[in-house]
Amino acid sequence: MSLPVASTFLQDPSFLDVLYIIAFALFIQGLRGLSGPTTAVRGNRIAAVGMVIAIVATLLNRNEGNWGLIVLGIAIGAAVGVPAARQVKMTAMPQMVALFNGVGGGAVFLIAWSEFRRSGGYEDTATYITIFSLFAAIVGSVSFWGSNIAFGKLQEILPGRPITLGAGQQIVNLLLLILAVAAGVDIAAGSHSELVFIGMLVCAALLGNAVVLPIGGADMPVVISLLNAFTGLSAAATGIALNNPALIVAGMIVGASGSILTNLMAVAMNRSIPAIVAGGFGGGGAVAGAEGAGEHAGTVKSIGAADAAIQLAYANRVVIVPGYGMAVAQAQHAVRELTKELEARGVEVSYAIHPVAGRMPGHMNVLLAEADVPYDQLKEMEEANPEFQRTDVSLVIGANDVTNPAAKNTPSSPIYGMPILEVNNSHSVIVIKRSMNPGFAGIENELYYEPETSMLFGDAKSAVSEITAELGQL
Amino acid sequence: MILASTLTTNLAILVLAGFIGFVVISKVPNTLHTPLMSGTNAIHGIVLLGGLLVVGLSGNSAFNKVILVIAIAFGTINIVGGFLVTDRMLEMFKSKPKPAEKDGEGQSK
Repeated sequence: MSLPVASTFLQDPSFLDVLYIIAFALFIQGLRGLSGPTTAVRGNRIAAVGMVIAIVATLLNRNEGNWGLIVLGIAIGAAVGVPAARQVKMTAMPQMVALFNGVGGGAVFLIAWSEFRRSGGYEDTATYITIFSLFAAIVGSVSFWGSNIAFGKLQEILPGRPITLGAGQQIVNLLLLILAVAAGVDIAAGSHSELVFIGMLVCAALLGNAVVLPIGGADMPVVISLLNAFTGLSAAATGIALNNPALIVAGMIVGASGSILTNLMAVAMNRSIPAIVAGGFGGGGAVAGAEGAGEHAGTVKSIGAADAAIQLAYANRVVIVPGYGMAVAQAQHAVRELTKELEARGVEVSYAIHPVAGRMPGHMNVLLAEADVPYDQLKEMEEANPEFQRTDVSLVIGANDVTNPAAKNTPSSPIYGMPILEVNNSHSVIVIKRSMNPGFAGIENELYYEPETSMLFGDAKSAVSEITAELGQL
Repeated sequence: MILASTLTTNLAILVLAGFIGFVVISKVPNTLHTPLMSGTNAIHGIVLLGGLLVVGLSGNSAFNKVILVIAIAFGTINIVGGFLVTDRMLEMFKSKPKPAEKDGEGQSK
């Protein structure tokens, strides 16, 4: 299969390498665009152009047949990917990202597997290529299964609470890792047995399951970032095995990005990455704590929508603190309506966003952007915290652990030391929450028992809409 | 000797890309972290290239071809889905004069 026109030129390896270099330059330029919301759309499109160039270069490079298979694969992928991306709700974004991440990892380990089979167990392959292929296969498989579990948890196909094997969990994980690596070493040392290769993939798959199943919903931002980094690194390893610069650069940049985000999320929760991977607040302790919840020595003040509306209407400054509850209830548009109503009354409204609010980095920002909340009303934690002292009402919508003063005051608390939004410094606090059930971390929130706090029980969307309706009648 | 130099060149590219990635990504504000994730997600769909290259090599059995078609499909989902969804999200971050035409899902009644 050769192209009729200028095929020698188009298939010149240097020319193709130039195309790959252009492609990765466009990736980098595109990501630079993401440094601000005004340039971001263009940045994403620049990166997409880079991808098209990389694909075209690869197709030019091919001398052999099987075009039908390529068309088939791309057609299936487009038929699945396009509608999924167009129809997914913004509130379902975390699971969508997990799923897309998973298929990337899946592609990596499938390619490594087929390459193993084709080359007869890496016969006549340079050792380093074998090693990078095996690395890609293991990490890709972990990422594929881990992402699928994360998807299942976020989509609530699987329970969001940690599922653990108890104390043996870490030993099992370690054992699986050792087995996978041992199988890899065996192959690198010359074994041609496909059984060993499949065994390696299975161990990696089990490891992916075993690592993500014990992780609670609140730790999801960390896990998704981490899996993203894994898939990136496995792509980079594939790039080295295939000697393809575009793959190396793209994979490594994604690896860096995922690592940075993972670290940011872990810092924002004051937890180490190994501790999270070893299992959420996973042990029996947290679960036991959850059962004992609701019997806190203290009184909770419950109010109705009308009272909340009055408090908000007579405030000068209101800070809204959104959390996962807002996403679940799809309350972002209702919240925006409430904000408009308050602003019409001259109340100054802003939003305080905790870095780990929701189920993925930046989750709240996307939802509020969907509801047309102006960019400058969104305050990050460092910016928001000093402002709470001069805030009349903090309205907490479906956020829990990120507002818990125990993180500052109670050294025995599992979340002690985690940076929080200091809503307890504001003059009064209204918490919209479905019930007194603790959050995913299973920790009692002291905020609810403080005298300046009122609880408005109900679904976030209907509660916020009721407040807005009551405001209209004031 | 040639192999070794290919390896070291590629390792150099890998390390430099890591540093560039670190610098570039550090500049992305918290607000855009979700689009960043889905955008970088789309970029690692570039493993599609691996599938495209390997499927063309001789010596693939029928079973291999099945695996590779699935891999190509996965890579395509990753790329197409990732870029589209990122584009959708980022469009929302642009300040719009009016929220005129968007699917009013969840909008007040």
